[in-house]
Amino acid sequence: MKPIIIRLIFFSILFSKSFTVFSKTIYAGKNQKIKSINQAISIATAYDSIIITEGKYFEKNIIINKPLVLIGKNFPLLDGEKKYEIVSIKSNEVIFTGFKLQNSGKATMTDPAAIKVYNSKKVIISGNIILNSYFGIYIQYGIDCKIKDNKIIAHGTDEQQIGNAIHCWKSDSLIISGNYTKGHRDGIYFEFVTNSVIWRNISKKNVRYGLHFMFSHNDSYISNVFENNGAGVAVMFTNNVKMYNNFFIYNWGDAAYGILLKEISDSYIVGNHFSSNTVGIYLEGVSRSVIEKNIFEKNGWALKIQASCMEANINFNNFIGNTFDVGTNGTLVMNNFNSNYWDKYEGYDLNRNGIGDVPYRPISLFSMIIEKNQPALILFRSIMVTLLDKSEKLIPSLTPENLKDEKPLTRKINL
Amino acid sequence: MISITDLSKKYGKLKVLDNINLEFVKGDSIALIGPNGSGKTTLIKCILGMVIPQKGNIIFDKKNIVNSWKYRSNIGYMPQIGRYPDNMTIGHVINMMKDIRKSETKEFDQELIQQYKLETMFDKRMSTLSGGTRQKVSASLAFLFNSEVLILDEPTAGLDPVSSEILKNKIIKERNKGKLILITSHILSELDEIINKVIYLQDGKLKFNKSIDEIKNHTGEGKLSKAIANLILNNNFDE
Amino acid sequence: MNKILKYVILDIVRNKIVLSYIAFLFIITFGVFNLEDNQSKGLLSTLNLVLFIVPLVSIIFSTVYIYNSSEFIELLLSQPLKRKTIWLSLFYGLSISLIIAFVIGTGIPILIFFPDFTGIMMIIVGVFLSLIFVSISLLAAVYTRDKAKGIGIAILLWLYFALVFDGIILFLTFQLADYPIEKLIMAISSLNPIDLSRIAVLLRLDDSALMGYTGAVFKEFLGSVTGIVISATILILWFLVPLYFSLRKFKNKDL
Repeated sequence: MKPIIIRLIFFSILFSKSFTVFSKTIYAGKNQKIKSINQAISIATAYDSIIITEGKYFEKNIIINKPLVLIGKNFPLLDGEKKYEIVSIKSNEVIFTGFKLQNSGKATMTDPAAIKVYNSKKVIISGNIILNSYFGIYIQYGIDCKIKDNKIIAHGTDEQQIGNAIHCWKSDSLIISGNYTKGHRDGIYFEFVTNSVIWRNISKKNVRYGLHFMFSHNDSYISNVFENNGAGVAVMFTNNVKMYNNFFIYNWGDAAYGILLKEISDSYIVGNHFSSNTVGIYLEGVSRSVIEKNIFEKNGWALKIQASCMEANINFNNFIGNTFDVGTNGTLVMNNFNSNYWDKYEGYDLNRNGIGDVPYRPISLFSMIIEKNQPALILFRSIMVTLLDKSEKLIPSLTPENLKDEKPLTRKINL
Repeated sequence: MISITDLSKKYGKLKVLDNINLEFVKGDSIALIGPNGSGKTTLIKCILGMVIPQKGNIIFDKKNIVNSWKYRSNIGYMPQIGRYPDNMTIGHVINMMKDIRKSETKEFDQELIQQYKLETMFDKRMSTLSGGTRQKVSASLAFLFNSEVLILDEPTAGLDPVSSEILKNKIIKERNKGKLILITSHILSELDEIINKVIYLQDGKLKFNKSIDEIKNHTGEGKLSKAIANLILNNNFDE
Repeated sequence: MNKILKYVILDIVRNKIVLSYIAFLFIITFGVFNLEDNQSKGLLSTLNLVLFIVPLVSIIFSTVYIYNSSEFIELLLSQPLKRKTIWLSLFYGLSISLIIAFVIGTGIPILIFFPDFTGIMMIIVGVFLSLIFVSISLLAAVYTRDKAKGIGIAILLWLYFALVFDGIILFLTFQLADYPIEKLIMAISSLNPIDLSRIAVLLRLDDSALMGYTGAVFKEFLGSVTGIVISATILILWFLVPLYFSLRKFKNKDL
């Protein structure tokens, strides 16, 4: 008997699911019978679709509290009049796509957003344009949600005055892909978000970080572009994060980093491109991590490794045109450099096997000095410093003995 | 014209000029002689204001020359070694000098320039010239301004006999015009026909200051060079 | 004054060393701007050139020139000219010629590749450094009778400003590492014309971000009107004061 009961339950579930196939489509809009979105939502039943036509809508707060598909046709404009949270999603399985949202309210206690997802699963937010909002898309306690192909643009100047473009908090299994964020506090913000993917996003000119990432284990971010953000990208207090093939470009300023890594372990930084950053990667408290096959180009410092780092394996990277290749505040360095290409390498390769015969010491004396003694930066690019560095390269005496690449490559790696 | 009183100059402990008193008047043509390091050049440099004495006065035309520079418009000077900036041409140097003294000179005396045929070399750079040619330039410059006083430091050294003769004739010509001429030289025989007075310096001290006739009478020698050699050898400086 | 000045300049600009100086600056600057894909990097390399070569050439060439001109100076002194006139003519002659050389050699490439305020500032800095080191060389030359010794002193002075001074600063930063010494270090660095010039130009380039807090302190200072006035005054004093003392000595010097 038991299998039959199970089968019955299974079919009933199947039936109820397939019922959605017969759900109805509601049209709402200026030229429709149903003028307002809120009205459309209130008459809709679960799994209905609502198509909203072109026009401007001032509906204060739109609450989606049942599983619905909302589709904007020709980007209907939802305006929050700088007072309201425009869309609040408080149900599972909501699809929200094709809208233009602008001017969400601003409040520091409630953090209103253009679109906010509350405790929901399987929500899809895609293809929207969000302008001049406090927070763009905000997800709290979301599971299995997708944020795809949205364009989120603001013109923030002060980080106190503006929220994040995509803000995810205490969530799991999110996919953030193909979004474009600009001018917010942080482009993408992750706190306590696990098992998620950030893929092919562009994060530009945000006031603080392009990506701000904390306590978010087992995530990957792949093929994103982080460009010209106030402080670059910060990844902190996280295990097992994978960073593949991202671009970190022109994060330039007194305290800007390609990536700031803090208390990270078991992570992978592979195939990324760090170009024109004040510091390519700043590592503090990083352990058991791999930095491989990246390109470091024209950075102030390619790497700044604090003494608190252990077992960072830095192999097969290209270091080209950086002012300083490596900076460190420690003397005993428990990290490994192997088989990288360093454009400043001046050694020789007698047997022509592509591996230099003398080790390369990527740390210059001056970068050691200023790490201990900040005011000495006043001597930056002075003749004396140039001479000091040259002589130290010839007869190393002060730079850490074991910080060296034993097998420096003589040719650039094709990456 | 020029009167020097109690002139003393020390370089460190070395007394280069020791209490010199001299009087030069117009029409005088004086040979300043003495061994190397006797202070001849220093004396000249004092008169020209190049060396500043510790003690004593030099009165030029009734005016003390201390801190003054205008009096030098009355002096034509020919240095012992004429070295000029390498990349100036003869033309540059002469034009520069003319520019400097344009205002006080009525008419430039170009006689030596013509006699030495310097015009043909106006475009030559000083660095390419021989020592003799440079001397010719120096000599030409000294006489260029018709100055009342001519100070010539070893004028004929390094000149070929012909040029030397030209210069001598020029000196005599100017002397006859009544100018004051002060010459230092080693070669006494050359001075014979030029000068009428001899001043002898040794170790910074003025040993004698006599007219030629006096010397010749005193020593009984007809030739100036012999007369003076005689005088020095006998150490017979007393009046 | 311009009675002699014209001829002195005419002499110096036809000097082989000055001509090679122009050619050297021109080739290097042009090369640097063409080789570096990043123009800012090009300007940075040019800055090093300006800070290194301009003071060196200015001080050594001027010192040698003064010694080689000793007979010429004597000749001038026998003319109705004030000593001041002669000395200043030499100073202006040397400075103007070396500045012309610098402006042709480095200024023109900079203006071609970098015709903005930063580029112009580099040129101003180079002009000031030329003036300052000519002035210092006159001081060295007037106080030393012996040519070899005088050139030696000129080289030592250059070494001092280009290297030793920075060594002292480095030493100070270590000795006083426990104190907030940014402002003190800034004040001391401003006393060296080469350092002041380097920092002033550096702060206008992207690289200044690497200078952290120290850079920020300087940026604040040099960004203010007072700061600009003070730095300009320091640079002006750096050529006026040595010139004044050299003139004072020359007026009473035996030649």
